Amino acid sequence: MLNIARKELKSMFASPMGWIILALLTFSFGTYYLNGVNNYFEVMSGSIRPAERIGVTQFVGQTVYGLASFIMLFAVPLLSMRLISEERRSQTMPFLFSAPLSITEIVVGKFLGLVVFLSFLVVYIAAMLSTLNIWADIDFGYIFANSLGLLLLVSSFAALGLYFSSLTAQPIIAGILSFIALFVLMILDRFFAGDPTSTMLKFSLMRHFQSFAGGLIDTADLAYFGLFILTFITLTIRRLDADRLRG
Amino acid sequence: MANLTVEAIELTRMYGGRAAVSDVTFSLQQGQVLGFLGPNGAGKSTTMKMLTGNLAPSAGSVRICGIDMIENPKEAKALIGYLPEMRPLYKEFTVDEYLTIAARLHNVSGKHLKKAVEHAKERCGLTHMSKRLIENLSNGYQQRVGIAQAIIHNPMVVILDEPTVGLDPIQIRDIRALIKEIGQAHSVIVSTHILPEVEMVCDHVQIIDKGKLVFNGGIDVLKQQRVGNKLLVGFRHPPEAAQLAAITGVAEVEPADGMWRIRFQEGTQPHEAIVQAAVQNGWGLYHIAPDQTSLEDVFVQLTYQEPETAADLAKAA
Repeated sequence: MLNIARKELKSMFASPMGWIILALLTFSFGTYYLNGVNNYFEVMSGSIRPAERIGVTQFVGQTVYGLASFIMLFAVPLLSMRLISEERRSQTMPFLFSAPLSITEIVVGKFLGLVVFLSFLVVYIAAMLSTLNIWADIDFGYIFANSLGLLLLVSSFAALGLYFSSLTAQPIIAGILSFIALFVLMILDRFFAGDPTSTMLKFSLMRHFQSFAGGLIDTADLAYFGLFILTFITLTIRRLDADRLRG
Repeated sequence: MANLTVEAIELTRMYGGRAAVSDVTFSLQQGQVLGFLGPNGAGKSTTMKMLTGNLAPSAGSVRICGIDMIENPKEAKALIGYLPEMRPLYKEFTVDEYLTIAARLHNVSGKHLKKAVEHAKERCGLTHMSKRLIENLSNGYQQRVGIAQAIIHNPMVVILDEPTVGLDPIQIRDIRALIKEIGQAHSVIVSTHILPEVEMVCDHVQIIDKGKLVFNGGIDVLKQQRVGNKLLVGFRHPPEAAQLAAITGVAEVEPADGMWRIRFQEGTQPHEAIVQAAVQNGWGLYHIAPDQTSLEDVFVQLTYQEPETAADLAKAA
């Protein structure tokens, strides 16, 4: 399992795709971070009432994590689309199937590989925000909650992307499909904003991320992300098992 | 029976309503090289996929060294090295990287990893290609990487689906030698279209047609078939066919491109009688040689003959 994860990680870095995405994301997060820091004093000196004054961690964190959750929507499908469909296209699936590995290990290994890659970014963002500590006294709990939330969010993206990747032999189709699916799940809460009691709202990924973004770690949200990931991994395993059974 | 490495029992695979492979039963012992022959679409690759656990059989079972592939797939797969028809290569890696991954996936422990990779490269003649990207290798070298990948964990059973496709003659010779070498200690199953290859490397042959096993036996049985009981004889002053047919032991005479094809009766050797008759009558003998049916002919015969004769032959084997 770890070997598969290792292999995925290696192939992520063997192609320019991984490096380009890393570079672009790093660049955009860095820019937002700098903007956040620059704007902080301007905005804060403008706000007179104490209720409007928020800490620097939250102010900069909001911008960066807000952007991160949105930009990952594009980045994760780009990375996840290759996971299985590329193997199908280049006929390398038998290589994994004839190795002494169960299908569960193959799928979970691939998922872990991608999550480890994405966690580099999460750690990077957290490290970047922690540098604020040099000038200010920052709220590490807030950063931790946000990092955890972001990690769970991108893991969910990855699980869904992995499933769509197992459906087709064309990476591009897998990428587009997972992007659309993720997008729908993200904006569900906009669609049903009029009715706050709607069950559909419960499915929105973004809504569950919101509480993490506020610095709140809620077991209900943890369970939601956990179940989301588990569901799509199970579906992927079943899909690959069907390959073996039906040929 | 302890050294049976592969047992396939009544393997059947249905695609839709059509049976791609039906009722294939065979076994293989340690130290044997099995050649798997058959026309396109006969079910060779499907059988191999089932043997390696890439495809679940509709019925029947596979046992590798006594371990059931369906019940304990992990243990069974650990004993197999498989090169599918389409080379499963990750082209973005170098040869070394790829082989290291292959070794790790097959549970080669960290200590032996380097040695295993070096050994596999050496055996497949890849040592000087270690740092090259697989993408940039020629077809033949890619094929070698595929074979190296299949033997890296020193498996009990090596299954190669058309291993010599795309290789140059020298490489083919090397690979055949390699197959023979592996076959001494372990078991090898090779599928191929190239019939002389079977004769060279295999000591057991199976011919499959339309999903059914039509021939299963030692290579010598097939060779016997091939040499047959015919002589091709050429004369400068050809006699009447009846005169030839009169020689004891001759069963049938038929003309063939200005020469005569003489088939003799079972268990007789009329070569000398023919030569003597030719000298006495001044027929001007200039050519006498065993008329070999090519392996292709035997193959065609086996795959296109009536079902009952095929069964007879299988019994004879």
